[in-house]
Amino acid sequence: MEEVDVEPAVTNIPAASSGTHLGFAWGPGDILVYETLYKCHSFITSRLEFPGTGSGDIHEVRKDEDIYSPILRKLFNESHHIFVGLQTIREDLPSKNKKPQFVSISKNYRSVIRACMEELQQVLQKWQCNMETRYVSILLAIELIWNLCEVLFIDAAPAGSLLLHLLDWVRLHKADVDEKAREVLQSESPAEHRDYWDVVGAAYVLQGRLEEARQMLVKQATLQPAARKMYKQMDTLLSKMPFYNPGGTQTLTEFDVKWRHWHEEVDRCLQDNSFASNKHLELICKILVGDEDTLLEHKDLLSTWYHFLVTRLLFCHPTVKPTELHYYAQSCLTMFLDSRSVPEPLDSILLAAFEFDIHQVIKDCSIALNNWWFVAHLTDLLDHCKLLQSHNLHFGSNLREFLLLEYASGLFTHHSLWQLAVDYFDHCPEFGRVYLELQIERVPLDTERKALKVLRICEQRQMSEQVRSICKIMAMRALRNNRLGSALSWSIRAKDAAFATLISERFLQDYCARGTFSDLDLIDNLGPAMLLSDRLTFLGKYREFHKLYGEKRFREASKLLLSLMTAKIAPRSFWMTLLTDALPLLEQKEVSHHIVRYAVYGLLLSNIKKTSKYSYLRSCNQRIFGFFSGKNNIKDVLII
Amino acid sequence: MESINAKYVSQKISKSRWRPVSHSSLQQADIFATGSWDNEDNKISFWSIGSHGSSGVEDGFEGDPQLLCEHKHDGDVLDLQFLDQDRIVTASSTGAVTIFRHHQNSQTISVSQQWARAHRYPSDNAPCTGVVCSSPEIVTVGEDGRIIVFRADQEGVIRVIDNADSSTIHAVTYLRTTEILTVNSIGQLKLWDLRQQSNSPSQILSLSGDRVPLHCVDRHPNQQHIVATGGQDGMLCVWDVRQGSTPFSLMEAHSAEMWEVHFHPTNPDHLFTCSEDGSLLHWETSSQSDIPSFLQGGRNSSMTSRSAMAPAGGNQSLINAWLSGDSSKGRLETTHMLPSQTLSVNSLDVLGQCLVCGTDGEAIFVNRQVPV
Repeated sequence: MEEVDVEPAVTNIPAASSGTHLGFAWGPGDILVYETLYKCHSFITSRLEFPGTGSGDIHEVRKDEDIYSPILRKLFNESHHIFVGLQTIREDLPSKNKKPQFVSISKNYRSVIRACMEELQQVLQKWQCNMETRYVSILLAIELIWNLCEVLFIDAAPAGSLLLHLLDWVRLHKADVDEKAREVLQSESPAEHRDYWDVVGAAYVLQGRLEEARQMLVKQATLQPAARKMYKQMDTLLSKMPFYNPGGTQTLTEFDVKWRHWHEEVDRCLQDNSFASNKHLELICKILVGDEDTLLEHKDLLSTWYHFLVTRLLFCHPTVKPTELHYYAQSCLTMFLDSRSVPEPLDSILLAAFEFDIHQVIKDCSIALNNWWFVAHLTDLLDHCKLLQSHNLHFGSNLREFLLLEYASGLFTHHSLWQLAVDYFDHCPEFGRVYLELQIERVPLDTERKALKVLRICEQRQMSEQVRSICKIMAMRALRNNRLGSALSWSIRAKDAAFATLISERFLQDYCARGTFSDLDLIDNLGPAMLLSDRLTFLGKYREFHKLYGEKRFREASKLLLSLMTAKIAPRSFWMTLLTDALPLLEQKEVSHHIVRYAVYGLLLSNIKKTSKYSYLRSCNQRIFGFFSGKNNIKDVLII
Repeated sequence: MESINAKYVSQKISKSRWRPVSHSSLQQADIFATGSWDNEDNKISFWSIGSHGSSGVEDGFEGDPQLLCEHKHDGDVLDLQFLDQDRIVTASSTGAVTIFRHHQNSQTISVSQQWARAHRYPSDNAPCTGVVCSSPEIVTVGEDGRIIVFRADQEGVIRVIDNADSSTIHAVTYLRTTEILTVNSIGQLKLWDLRQQSNSPSQILSLSGDRVPLHCVDRHPNQQHIVATGGQDGMLCVWDVRQGSTPFSLMEAHSAEMWEVHFHPTNPDHLFTCSEDGSLLHWETSSQSDIPSFLQGGRNSSMTSRSAMAPAGGNQSLINAWLSGDSSKGRLETTHMLPSQTLSVNSLDVLGQCLVCGTDGEAIFVNRQVPV
């Protein structure tokens, strides 16, 4: 077996006392665990412990609780919609046309995650329950990772615009800046607010939002007319910082030159001590020049190492290339974290992303998260962008298919979300169909409507075996409840001749027992369904015979009876009934005797042939002859 | 037509119905009820759109339905109808028929009355599949092939027609105040006269040919003899119950089961159907003749319309637009109303210019500007 990546998590089963011997059985999405009667051998004391109580409880251990959250359900449904849309993008478009589509799909996924997160936050605020708090932080992390993957992998921005995208990324995930700024601006005298310099200095400048920083500085400048010259100088510096314009005519090299000029100018201001008298402006100047120590002093304002990374790149290396990112990322991470603190799973995932190691990102996310939703959808999108090398896993499918299958199998265990899983299986070319065939048979069918939906799914995919088995289940159930019409309609759907025969037998038995037909509305209106099985045809025709007889159309009735007898579709058990029915016809004048005579003779003969005992044959022959010569009654003949 | 937005509600919607607006007031429809299915805990919910209720346009999208209140429901909600302004009747998969009352002031719901095992087998529950009401009378049908008549506020059952059908009855509708029409899973329409004491239908109509199960039925609002049905093969059939026992026109509508068909209540030239294949179609006949709204329906190039026979000696002015005949005088147009690739649309309801529908993708769509 392969070595494990992480130690398996231990789950305690509270109801089972410790040291008991447990048995288990795997289910599709869970494990059933029970206490056995066996004694548990203790390795510590190496003697047998007390035997288990053998309580009759069965515990269900489920790994994935997320699919039962009502708010997360919206995530699953909406992303299913996006997923199906993604699969239908035409393959033959040239890749440069497809990239904007993929980026917009990625943004769609992210907006769904955000909507879910906002709703969760609203619910938490309103009801103040703790249950779903962890979902908020998980969704935040997921969106952060997805956004970074979009920037680095899907959009694949080159040097120059790469930094701009990263800036957007950081700004999006540090929303408290705007809140603080609003607070400061709404106060009586913003410039004297205690958070003022934090907002200007740290928040805005660190995020490269220099326009807003300048606007805030103006407020301070008006309060200190004496230092106007200094503020003017700072304002000039801030306004002259060059930002790369991807759509413009300026090349990267030209931008680089311009930026270096500016950087030197800022450095000169620092060396000249132009801002020495005002420590706040001096601080801003140091940030502008990209001084690492200054940045690290304000860890609380940066709050994350990736913010530190982006700020550092903004003020030191704005023309960073994608391939160089991981050097800076690694060093920033090390610098930011104290020697004591350990990097969290999120940090290593982001680091792997900066290193462009997609597989590592997916692997780490799979381990860290409870639910396959994120990795399945992200991998699928990346696969569409042709970013995953298609190395096959040991069991034949590729990574994308494996993750989708895992996710969809998890969905199938949900009483309601199984319908979504069907579409996911459809888009797994290698194993999807097999998985679907196995899973769809296990969907419980409480009502006819649900059975119809499941049937439609199977029929659309030509799963004829599943269709037959579902129809058979429903037909048996209907038969047990004496709903013969329903049973017939199910067997028609499955084109199940054997079952139709069974139903017809039931009808005929009913008739023999009671003397009349039940459910005439069904038998009278069989239509072409009659042809499904011989027995059914016989039933329909026999009923027609009764109708004709009731309407006193004896000639047609006798013709029909004759054809029934000779067509050999009558069941053995019914021959006696047919013959009994022939009796009253013989008394009708319109019926030509010899037709019926031949029919009776033929029927009896074919019956006798099977026994083929000579003496028996002779006695029968005599009796028949006696009948036809008028001596015997047909009842005598019938004592065969 | 404005784009139609989805509201995801974390439950698969099996039925959605507008609350009736009184004819005197010119109010637009503003409240609708939904029922869920296939959940461990099913619910009925009341929703509001537009300016009703306290929530403003915070969401940015004005028409977003807001949840007013909800209540637990035992079993899948297989059918739902408004009895009057405050009460709804639901048909459950446990065989129960329940009346819920919506208290508008406190925005709560309470169970007003329940008949717990109205539909049943000898040893099991039988789902109740359809309910129709004309206050205070309620008629329900179920998988057990029974038709039951109740009266709101009366404990017991007024009348039971046992074994009305040997197969499942899928839907029921009123034809006249004393006559009802049922459709079943062997493709038959049965007319029942409730004044008669006999337990057999007064008329049976069916398609010649395959006995395709019928799932939904609706009567033309003005012409009581015109009835539309939809079935398992997605065919829309329009029948004239006075004449003959076969439908007048058949139209290929959907590629899978048609779950609901509705004539527009005030503008019956418009018909709406929804289906398992995820589409919701808006059918519109238009005529150039001056005979108001009664005209031969025609053919659209994308729809094939097969008519069984021309109306035999019927009064020309009463021939309905939906019964096809001379195709040169009319047109039949169909439009899809939903973005493609939704899961099954289980239910729809239309009132005035507002349309609401619910899907298996756990989404509700509301369109407030249906062109009628």
